[in-house]
Amino acid sequence: MSEQVTNILLVGVGGQGILLASEILSETFMLAGFDVKKSEIHGMSQRGGSVVSHVRYGREVFSPIVPEGEGDILFGFELMETYRCLPLLKPGATVIANDLRIPPASVLMGKERYPEGLAELITARFPDFLLVDGQKLAARAGNQRAANTVLLGAVSKRLDVAEEYWLQALEAMVPRKALDVNRKAFLLGREL
Amino acid sequence: MKEILSGNEAVARGAYESGVLVATAYPGTPSTEILENIIRYKEINASWSPNEKVALEVAMGASFAGARSLVAMKHVGVNVAADPLFTLSYTGIKGGLVLVTADDPEMHSSQNEQDNRNYARFAKVPMLEPGDSRECKEFTRLALELSERYDTPVMLRTTTRISHGKSIVDLEERVSSLPTPALVKNAAKQVMLPSNARVRHPLVEERMKRLSEAADTMAVNRMELRDTGVGIITSGVCYQYVREVMPHVSTLKLGLVNPLPAGLIRRFAARVERLFVVEELDPFIEEQVKAMGIAVSGKDFIPVCGELTPGRLRQAFQGQDVGLDEAPVLPAEPEDVSLPGRPPNMCPGCPHRGVFYTLNRLKAYVTGDIGCYTLGFLPPLSSMETCVCMGASIGNATGTVKVVSEEEKKKVVAVIGDSTFLHSGITGLMDMVYNNAHSTVVILDNRITAMTGRQDNPASGFTLMDEPAHRTDLALLCKAVGVKHVRVVNPFDLEETRRALQEEMERPETSVIITDKPCVLVKREGVFKRGPLYTVEVEKCTGCKACLGLGCPAIQWRSTDGGKGVSFIDPTLCTGCDVCRQLCKFDAIGRAK
Ligand SMILES: Cc1ncc(C[n+]2csc(CCOP(=O)(O)OP(=O)(O)O)c2C)c(N)n1
Ligand code: SF4
Ligand code: SF4
Repeated sequence: MSEQVTNILLVGVGGQGILLASEILSETFMLAGFDVKKSEIHGMSQRGGSVVSHVRYGREVFSPIVPEGEGDILFGFELMETYRCLPLLKPGATVIANDLRIPPASVLMGKERYPEGLAELITARFPDFLLVDGQKLAARAGNQRAANTVLLGAVSKRLDVAEEYWLQALEAMVPRKALDVNRKAFLLGREL
Repeated sequence: MKEILSGNEAVARGAYESGVLVATAYPGTPSTEILENIIRYKEINASWSPNEKVALEVAMGASFAGARSLVAMKHVGVNVAADPLFTLSYTGIKGGLVLVTADDPEMHSSQNEQDNRNYARFAKVPMLEPGDSRECKEFTRLALELSERYDTPVMLRTTTRISHGKSIVDLEERVSSLPTPALVKNAAKQVMLPSNARVRHPLVEERMKRLSEAADTMAVNRMELRDTGVGIITSGVCYQYVREVMPHVSTLKLGLVNPLPAGLIRRFAARVERLFVVEELDPFIEEQVKAMGIAVSGKDFIPVCGELTPGRLRQAFQGQDVGLDEAPVLPAEPEDVSLPGRPPNMCPGCPHRGVFYTLNRLKAYVTGDIGCYTLGFLPPLSSMETCVCMGASIGNATGTVKVVSEEEKKKVVAVIGDSTFLHSGITGLMDMVYNNAHSTVVILDNRITAMTGRQDNPASGFTLMDEPAHRTDLALLCKAVGVKHVRVVNPFDLEETRRALQEEMERPETSVIITDKPCVLVKREGVFKRGPLYTVEVEKCTGCKACLGLGCPAIQWRSTDGGKGVSFIDPTLCTGCDVCRQLCKFDAIGRAK
């Protein structure tokens, strides 16, 4: 095992902006001088399926995907998908998730139920679990749609990479007109 | 300059830096982004071809005139391009030619997981296999150089994890001193009549022999000695997994996987006590090493099916006593919460939806094809009986109506997308008419190749470079092959669609129905137009669930206190296609005020 490698998983539903968030993470790590690898599956997942993105950084990274059971941080954009991904984490991992439920087709059609009590179940297995009302905080920063950036801020707080690299990466990856709101959202997240 | 690039972006960059002038492809996951990124480099003439065979033939023509060229496809695309490929191996090239095959172990978005390393051996062409984005760029360049040095096309094989994985790449300048392309006559080398081909074949054998010798000293084949108790021969992304899971073992990393470096493999085998091969899918390397008389194992305990992952590799090696760290203690599996799955679905407002709804109601037997519309197989639409390869729907229908009763014949409908029809459906249709098979073909013309992420095609009216182009007239094309009954319908009008299908299915002749509404993801001005929003009037909704039969993601079910429940339309998702309104017998669905 390459000891110094940090393993981050981003999960959610196609179209939620997971790819952009994982790009910002990787860009930050590169700017901070680390080796970085990132992997995800495009394709069918874009039609509303689950999406998992893997980001790994450290002195030297080999596998582009996080070895099963070695995830350090799970960054969840949707609650059920967050729960689904728990088996990839190592004991004691950090889970940061947006308090958002997107019902899948079977639930929308009334055939199945969206499971209840997921947050409690996650806390029971991973005490270091932070559930964030991303939409609300993002609204405070000026736009509900910056919820991912609030969460990104919360994630950044748990990684030892200087704030300047995060801000540089945001600047490089976020469209200019949305930059101000995103910077605010990011900093709000860092306070969590 | 350093950048984080995906494998596909790095191949595109490699093509640019190596002076490639022509790049062609037919889209296919996970290869599609190569051409989508190549258009950033204005020096390269890049285009979508109607299929992979044409793509290779175009690249070949450019190469014969002396230009460096690249052609990209997904693994099954090589099946389509195999005919020119096998003989191109004989003619050789003039300007370097690299064929990128993007394989998809695990079938993340494919219909099979064939191992295209076998093609390199079968067609007798060299194959390189990069293990990260940096190598994607470097190997693209090396492929073009080897191509010219050995007068052969060169295959570059990636897998999904390499194509879509990102890592850091150093960017360099484009080479500048390549010869200018021009017509060069060299008929004896390029006209593969038997007499000429007989001259070429021995040269192919001799070339592969030379390459095999050179392989022993190529820098991309790298022996890394660590603990010599265990030695592992590996390549591509598998090398990364080996380093991850067994950092202490010695490795022989192969960059060139065809031909294999026999001398180097022997030397490595002699240096280590126990020898293994770690490779995804077929025992391609392992069998050849065994044939060299070397004791080696691998596929007796490493799975043949699916992709490898660090976890799967660790698990496979558990019983092999190779000094693995303890497997990490996995957290307990999720408690007994049943998590609903999240299968993909057609978008809200997808023009395919109403067609499948109607086919379902008409109890049609649908021979299907590959595209977004393959999702018509899933409930609640559930109306597809076959889907094998691109273009197969029409031939399948022809074969089926040859043998079933007159009554059953009427149920057979082939359904195919515009891009797929142009790729390989037109020949099937010609056969259907020529051999007098009475079936109905539905061409779902959504003005784009949607499944792979919205690529243009000859019927979309634009090129890869976003220039306006002649738009193939599908109706005229069908008439030209002899279909007498061609009608164009609006798939958002369920009554019109039903009538057309019913009449054509009854008709004892070949007929074609073309649906004519764009994919909701087409961004081009004036093609897709969002309609007015629709809502459900709660007072009128009886909870009959008729609208749910469409499976539109915008239509949701809400339980009501005491009542049966009602439908609800999510205003952020509805595109206003109007289809659900037509299904409601109680007039509960209408335009939002
Ligand atoms: C030989 C081959 N090449 C490429 C692909 C990838 N692929 C699958 S479906 C498809 C095209 C779908 O376009 P279309 O027929 O227009 O249907 P749509 O997705 O737009 O509904 C492609 C390129 C494949 N499966 N097989
Ligand atoms: S991408 Fe286009 S063709 Fe595919 S499901 Fe969505 S609307 Fe339909
Ligand atoms: S009009 Fe009805 S079927 Fe069409 S997108 Fe809106 S909710 Fe879906």
